[in-house]
Amino acid sequence: MSDPEKKPLSDAELDAQAQVWEKVAHRPEFEKLLTDKARFIVPASIFFLVYYFALIVIVGYFPDLAKKKIGPANFAYWFALSQFFMSWIVAWVYVRAANRFDKQSAAILDEHA
Amino acid sequence: MPSTLPLLLAEAAPVKQSPAALIMFLAFVAATLLITWWSARKSSGASAYFAAGRRITGWQNGLAVAGDYMSAASFLGIAGMIATSGYDGFMYSVGFLVAYLTVLLVVAEPLRNLGKYTMADVLAYRLRERPVRAMASLSTLCVSVFYMIAQMVGAGVLVKELLPGIGFNTAVIGVGALMIVYVVFGGMLATTWVQIIKAVLLMSGSLFLSILVMKEFGFSFTQFFDSISAIKQTKDGQETIVNFLTPGMKFKDPLDQISLGLALVLGTAGLPHILIRFYTVPDAKTARVSVIWAMIIIGLFYIMTTFFGFGAAALLPQEAVAANPNMSAPLLAKTLAGDIFFAFISAVAFATILAVVAGLTISASTSFAHDFFTNVIHHGKEHRPGEEVRVARITAFVVGAASIAIAILLGPSINVAFLVGLAFAVAASANLPVILMSVFWKRFTTTGAICGLGVGLVSSIVFILIGPTGMKENPIFPLQNPGIASIPLGLLAAWIGSLVTREHSAEAKFPEMKVRAHTGHGAEEAEPH
Repeated sequence: MSDPEKKPLSDAELDAQAQVWEKVAHRPEFEKLLTDKARFIVPASIFFLVYYFALIVIVGYFPDLAKKKIGPANFAYWFALSQFFMSWIVAWVYVRAANRFDKQSAAILDEHA
Repeated sequence: MPSTLPLLLAEAAPVKQSPAALIMFLAFVAATLLITWWSARKSSGASAYFAAGRRITGWQNGLAVAGDYMSAASFLGIAGMIATSGYDGFMYSVGFLVAYLTVLLVVAEPLRNLGKYTMADVLAYRLRERPVRAMASLSTLCVSVFYMIAQMVGAGVLVKELLPGIGFNTAVIGVGALMIVYVVFGGMLATTWVQIIKAVLLMSGSLFLSILVMKEFGFSFTQFFDSISAIKQTKDGQETIVNFLTPGMKFKDPLDQISLGLALVLGTAGLPHILIRFYTVPDAKTARVSVIWAMIIIGLFYIMTTFFGFGAAALLPQEAVAANPNMSAPLLAKTLAGDIFFAFISAVAFATILAVVAGLTISASTSFAHDFFTNVIHHGKEHRPGEEVRVARITAFVVGAASIAIAILLGPSINVAFLVGLAFAVAASANLPVILMSVFWKRFTTTGAICGLGVGLVSSIVFILIGPTGMKENPIFPLQNPGIASIPLGLLAAWIGSLVTREHSAEAKFPEMKVRAHTGHGAEEAEPH
């Protein structure tokens, strides 16, 4: 990307380049990095989306549960407030995982260079 | 900000005030102009102008992202909506923070690793550059201009209310001229610092306001919640007790809420003015850190809407809020702490508008100069050194002038709030699907990207036009927010467009892109000191 001046490459040249990168991409350490990332990001994304839309569904379709008084406020308010803490916790857990991913990718780059 | 926000439709309620507001406005303007002058002296070259030399630190960028994101509609609009519609207003607050998980988990880091200045850089990495850049640039300009016109009209209405001596047109021209000056002369560095200062001002104002509200309730949450659960209201001459914590005061159709939720959670990660902020930091790790900072600030801010939103409902007279919901936060400040604090909150609102419109202007002009002018028209070559930056400065001026003209033409009474909903819908339906597919799906093709961007853009606009916003009576599409229909359509178009075509070069470049996206190998580096 650093060089904006790109000449169109022939298919053969592209394939030759692709092979070089393919080798890196097929290294077990890189494949492990991708699986590790996917193993975190996919469930984390599903979790936060389900948690968020659960709030909208409960507020929209289960008004009695939403109105239920818990302590000074009601269920709907607490659940909405919990979304903030959920977001912060997911973010914090991700940062911890991402620090591991950083180490993995640094190791791959060192070796590759 | 989604379509139902009442920010921009309000009729002005005359507010008497001291010259303190004007003095604080001028102090803020003077400070930002000083920053612009300093930035202009410091920066030269494209990476300095478009990306602040990629030397912004994590916490600075976090504050700037927050400052770029929290619009006047967030501050005054949500406060007003909670003050009139209670819990339903708070639902917006929730969506605005949760949306950042999409930014954090899937978009920020690959974007930083693969791109240079714009969202389109990521698409152009392995697809055919000219068509995808042209289309992505169109989508960026649409999102930015829709959003900007909404902000400008809102700014005009607001300044007119905060500083009663100044008319709508004068206010729009003033705001527009300032944002043009920041962006044309100061580039991304000045924009960043305007956003940082605004974020600090907004957070301190909100915190102080929240503390003042809780003081009224003896710092007892029980008293606070008891009081907002039973607010006396007069409706049709009859006095009733309303529980402001009960959902459903505003939103009647849950499907509309789901549609809005989708647009928020997926749209934020496709807003060009937010995405380009990640190019201002040295690397992907710092981009990640900056999202965390942004999430802390944005989260705290939206939690505080509880206090000054519900607080306004409990502490202000019902008529005062109903007369102009958007003035609830400033009015609350005035009631609780007098004229000087009112002036401060007004200046905060003004700073808020300026920081957001500056961010929008620079995202539009960067995309036009970098994607369209340099790469589509000139095949990626600069004919003269510094040409790209010069084109961006001219574009910033043109985009700014056009927004001023359109905002004045539409006038203060027009309902432009739907434009913000439209911006989020386009970002979610057109931009995000193609960004994700280009990073994660090998078989993605140029045709797929064009179809996804085109269908996402057009369907968002069409569903708004044939929905309740565009057709007052018997709308063909029943929902305010097009997301629930336009997002799947955008995705489907990108997917089918890719399946019916085969692009050898896109597939051949996939392994390279994958390695770079996930390791940061060969990513754009920060300028040396």
